[in-house]
Amino acid sequence: MRTIGRSLALIAFFLLLWEGLVIVAGLPRFILPPPSLVAQTLWFSRSLIAEHALITGAEVLIGLVLGAALGFFFAILLATSRTARAILRPALVFSQTVPVFALAPILTLWLGYGLWSKVAMALLIIFFPVTSAFYDALMRTPEGWIGLARVMGANRGRILWHVRIPAALPGFASGLRLATVYAPIGAIIGEWVGASRGLGYLMLLANGRAKIDLMFAALIVLAILTLLLHAAVDRFGRWLSQGRI
Amino acid sequence: MTPTLSLNGTAHIGATRIFGPLSMMAPAGAWTCLLGPSGVGKSTILRLFAGLDEGITFDGDYGASDGGPLMPRVAMMAQDDLLLPWLDVMGNVTLGARMRGERPDHTRARDILARVGLADHAAKPPSALSGGQRQRAALARTLMEDRPIVLLDEPFSALDAQTRARMQRLAGEVLRERTVLHITHDAAEAARLGDQILLMSRDRIDAIAPPEGTSPRAPDAEETLRFEAQLMRRLMADA
Ligand SMILES: Nc1ncnc2c1ncn2[C@@H]1O[C@H](COP(=O)(O)OP(=O)(O)OP(=O)(O)O)[C@@H](O)[C@H]1O
Ligand SMILES: [Mg+2]
Repeated sequence: MRTIGRSLALIAFFLLLWEGLVIVAGLPRFILPPPSLVAQTLWFSRSLIAEHALITGAEVLIGLVLGAALGFFFAILLATSRTARAILRPALVFSQTVPVFALAPILTLWLGYGLWSKVAMALLIIFFPVTSAFYDALMRTPEGWIGLARVMGANRGRILWHVRIPAALPGFASGLRLATVYAPIGAIIGEWVGASRGLGYLMLLANGRAKIDLMFAALIVLAILTLLLHAAVDRFGRWLSQGRI
Repeated sequence: MTPTLSLNGTAHIGATRIFGPLSMMAPAGAWTCLLGPSGVGKSTILRLFAGLDEGITFDGDYGASDGGPLMPRVAMMAQDDLLLPWLDVMGNVTLGARMRGERPDHTRARDILARVGLADHAAKPPSALSGGQRQRAALARTLMEDRPIVLLDEPFSALDAQTRARMQRLAGEVLRERTVLHITHDAAEAARLGDQILLMSRDRIDAIAPPEGTSPRAPDAEETLRFEAQLMRRLMADA
């Protein structure tokens, strides 16, 4: 409660400073709009912003779920199959050298201007950290637990299911948590490259028409969206890690 | 049939010789206590018999007297309790069944939990237990496994004197007729439980004749106490 109070006070102080700066320096509103104007725009354009926020939210959420699921299975495949490791790990490491953001134009070319090129961006951003964090955790199962399971007569599948995966879930959660903050940026960049809907598109549009207040309003909504997403993933991760660390 | 365990040879980990050449035997259906200084390789012997031999190079042979495989006939309680932190005590005690894809016998598990004094703790996570309670949960998990060969690595080391005496009697009763190899640092424990007592050093394992009477003996019987004193003297002399 006290930290929330403190952050609110900090935000209020920051907004006042911003408002004061705009007035004192006499900045034109197409360079830096005062927060009061941004708030007005946020209110009056709420349905427009909400409509676009919904699209971006959907892109990120679908990308998150697909990326997490894909990372989950990919890490298990790598951890259980020597052949898969030999073939796929170099590819995985190599793919890490390509910044996902640089793929945006190609993904738009392949998947079109709609939802799916942005979903793919978010998915790729989620996929790599989740795969590598979960894989690392799967490979670090304490020896003693595996030995115990083997003496009890467990086969490899049951050791995986009853010991290695549950023991590695905190690793999965931390990979997911790490990646979640970047997923919305991926979607936004996808929208900048080519889209007709979404917060990124709206920001670009507002910028082109010198409606900087609308751009700031969209930016604030994006930040809130990211924060909410992060909080949700954090909770999910903590639930997954319950009693495991 | 409960088999006899025997081992004969030298163990290395990497380039380091851990013990041997030496030989030992744990007779069928008897309780064998293995004593020896820390680091001499007692847990290493247990790992060999449990089939967990990664990293150990053994020159010689070891196994069951009937030549059959060890792994499916062994239950083991390691030096660490190895409780899985995401399962409650009941889940840990019935782990073996789940590991084999069998249906866990909760009635029997509750009975064993009651006998180790953890009846009220069945739904707790291991993190909510004391060190001694964790050790008893691990003991319960081992007793749940119905195996002819039972390997125990310092199973009572974290218990207070009264609980220890009770757990020794319980283990002695439940594991009667099985081939038990029990590592301990406690002369009194060996005096109480051993049908055979082995003293291990780097180069040899000596068998010592046990006190009279059948295991588990009364901890305060004169014969047990006298044997304990004699064993203590022997251990001190070796050190
Ligand atoms: N992974 C390893 N690499 C190298 N040496 C090892 C390794 N594991 C164990 N050792 C060595 O093997 C020796 C025997 O270890 P072991 O655990 O069997 O001893 P112990 O008799 O059970 O001792 P304690 O009574 O302290 O439990 C020790 O000296 C130890 O340093
Ligand atoms: Mg040991």
